[in-house]
This record gives sequence, C-alpha cells and structure tokens, in this order.
Amino acid sequence: MKPRRTTSPARPRPTPRDVVGADPGPAFEITFDGRSVAALPGQSVAAALWAAGILAWRTTRGGGRPRGAFCGIGQCHDCLATVNGIPNRRACLLPARPGDAVTTQEGAGRADLAV
Amino acid sequence: MVGAACAHYAARAGLSVTVLDRGPVAGGTTGAGEGNLLVSDKEPGPELELALHSSRLWRKLAEELPAAIEYETKGGVVVADDATRLAALRSLAAAQSDAGVDAREVSGGQLRELEPHLADGMPGGVHYPEDAQVHPALAAAHLLRASGAEVRCGEEVTAVLTAADGAVRGVATASGARLLAPYVVNAAGTWSGEIARMAGVRLPVLPRRGFVLVTEPLPRVVRHKVYAADYVADVASGSAALQTSAVVEGTAAGPVLIGASRERVGFDRTLSVEVLRRLAERATALFPVLGGVRVIRAYAGFRPYLPDHLPAIGPDPRVPGLVHACGHEGAGIGLAPATGVLTAAALTGSAPPLDPRPFRPDRFPDPCAAPDRRPR
Repeated sequence: MKPRRTTSPARPRPTPRDVVGADPGPAFEITFDGRSVAALPGQSVAAALWAAGILAWRTTRGGGRPRGAFCGIGQCHDCLATVNGIPNRRACLLPARPGDAVTTQEGAGRADLAV
Repeated sequence: MVGAACAHYAARAGLSVTVLDRGPVAGGTTGAGEGNLLVSDKEPGPELELALHSSRLWRKLAEELPAAIEYETKGGVVVADDATRLAALRSLAAAQSDAGVDAREVSGGQLRELEPHLADGMPGGVHYPEDAQVHPALAAAHLLRASGAEVRCGEEVTAVLTAADGAVRGVATASGARLLAPYVVNAAGTWSGEIARMAGVRLPVLPRRGFVLVTEPLPRVVRHKVYAADYVADVASGSAALQTSAVVEGTAAGPVLIGASRERVGFDRTLSVEVLRRLAERATALFPVLGGVRVIRAYAGFRPYLPDHLPAIGPDPRVPGLVHACGHEGAGIGLAPATGVLTAAALTGSAPPLDPRPFRPDRFPDPCAAPDRRPR
C-alpha cells in the first residue's frame, strides 16, 4: 500500500463513483444475516457488502475459514454466498436487488442434503 | 495410470525404467476418467479375474501411497428400475458370486437405507462392497513417483527403433532423443494403436467417447458408486451409436460426478448438448435431489476400446521386445495394477499371477493382411 500523502488536500478523496460521474439512482435495502445493508442500483452484492464494511460471507468446506470477494470478476469462486436461500451464488457478479436476503454460507451451503 | 503401474511393478522387479509421456502426467486417457475400481460391472471371465486381482493390489497400494490418492472403498450399488432388469441383474450377480465377487442382493427398502436420496419405487438392486474409487490423476502421479522410474513429460515418441532382425531397440522422440532399450511397453492409452503402427503391427484400439457432468460441491449426498442396471449392457455393447445410462458418485472434494455415455465418433471433442441433456435426465431419474443442484462443468474423454472389450497385455510375438499394456476401455484405472504385474512378469520372464493368454495382443485378425514380411 502507498503511504498516505502528508500534504492531504482539505476536500475528501473522490470515490470511483465520483470519478466516473455516476448517477445510480436512490439506494435500496438488502439484508446480510438479518442486518440491513444499503445497496445502489447496478451494484453487485459483493460491492454492497464491501461498502458496508463486510468482508467475509462464507466459510470454507475444509477448515471453516472466512472468505469474501477475491478476484471480483467471477473467476475464483471465493465469494460464494447464499442469496434468498440459494447457495453458491457468486456475490461479485450477482446484481443486488431490493429485499435480497444474503446469508453467510457455511461450507457447501447444502448441509440439508447430507446423508 | 496403466503406464505408471507398469513402471512401478517393472522397477520393483529390478528393471531400469524410463517413462515417456507426450503430455503431462494423466493428461490423456487417465485424467478424463472417474477413477473407478470396479468389479460390479464385469461379467465372469478374464476381465473380471483381472479386476479381482487388481482390487487386491489396489488395497496394498493404498497402504503404500499417500492418502492424497483419495482411495475409498465406498462400494457399488446397482439399481434395477423394473422387475425384468432386476431378474437379469440377479442372474449376473449370482454368476459373479460364483466367480468370487462379494455381491449382495438388496430389496427396494434396503436400497433406500444404502442411498437415502434414491428415487421412490425402485424394486431392488445389488450391493458390491468391493467397488472402490481413487482420484485418477493423483493416483497416477503418486504411483509414478513411488516407482522411482525416470519420468520425461512432454516427450512424444515418434518412432519405434528396430534392429535388422526386427527386434525392438528403443524409441526416438520428437525432441530428437533416441532412447535405446531391449523392451518398449506400449501404454499410450487411447493412442496405443499409433505406437503399434510405428512398430509395424496392427492393434485396433479405437476411441469410445464419454462425457462426465460435474456438480457444484456438495456434502455427502451419494454414498456409493450408484448406477442403473442397463449400464452393464452398455459397457458390453459393440455398437458405435450413442448409449447413455446413469452412473452417479460423490467425490472426496465434494462435486458429484455424473456419467456415463458411450459413442464411437473418432477423436471428436465437440461438446454434445444432447449427451449432456440425457446424462442429466437419467441421473435425476435415479436421484431426484440432483434436479435442484447445479452442474458447473462437463468434460469429455476417450476410452481405449478394443473390439472384444478385453485389453491387450503382453509381448507381441510379431515384434520381439514390444510389450503392450493398453485397450482397457473404461476400466484402465481399476485394471492397472494387475496389468502392471503381468507386464513386469513378461519383461522378466517370471511366472504370471494369472493366465495372460486371453489378453494376447496379436489376437485380432488383420483384415487386409499382406504376406508376412518378417522372418519368424
């Protein structure tokens, strides 16, 4: 990480949204493990979670370790989440929709099928 | 896998072995398999004897090799979906029992105890506790490492070198190397016919294509290797036309593998949506729970098929020094250890542990036989 500039300007640093001049429309609500999270139209589930400071929403199958977005472009499958009850959704590709219920995915997220 | 087993048992017999592979380890026939070690799908005869012998050898190898090969004695369950198929399955199981296979008939109710997700209304089946599974690529790689043989990947054989008397002297490779050896073992899987041709003999190994569907990772949903009773008939068929029967099994890593299709279309790797559709349809008929599970990929491979469904194992009398170990169709992983032992016995002139004559590589009549050029 680059060291922070010591002569920081008075105004806040621009966000990517400011840089491209985006006007996404009004925010809506999704939930993460029951807690309210704000999302913008067009934002992926992973982006909305990150913007709320949530970095992990899955545990690994073997060691139960936390996982969230890694590649961010749909390739690595690290960001799998359970969305509206369906496991293994790639949070980095899935657009957030009003009312989406995202829940932490434990392992394969299909414990109900185990025999 | 067959090549790795030949290297392993030949090296163990005291021979100096070099393994040449034109690609990476398990990059051809082995890597496209499911790693099945089956006795259940074989009718009594030479192939079943080879499978039973291999099954014992795999148990020993599993003790010697790292756990990473994912050897699992999960057992097989063959399911009949109607009374006619159940009767046929029952008589096959009786004949297999007489040949030394542990085959236990189970009722419809017992099937559900073995496989709780199985579809309703199946009249019965047979449980084969000896059926097992390995991870084919990892098993081949670890067996090769354990053999101590010199392994050269990315080295393609371009010619079999022969002396004036017709005997093998070694091989030449695409990199220009010439490896001199008194024996050459042809274990090139589905491409073994080409190696035979380089040595001037005909071995009619043909590719029999199969697709496998891979689901998203799941907890243990399918406990055994489970397949429909018509699979045995498909395996034994000589038809070139498409055949599909449901074969479903879990893996240590989580995904469920769904096969099996068979068709003879040469080395065409084109994805066939029709085949994938049929595989999915048959698998969900057997396990309705899979209808709510996503498939994340599919792969194709080519089984090395010989017209009588038996492998070619042993010295080729037409070319002294040439030994074949190929043509195991879809059973090469399972049959590899006994094939390796038979090959090592042929190379060292020691007594084979079972009769190798049904696997003679020169048993196929040449349809366009020219007068024999070679002195005998």
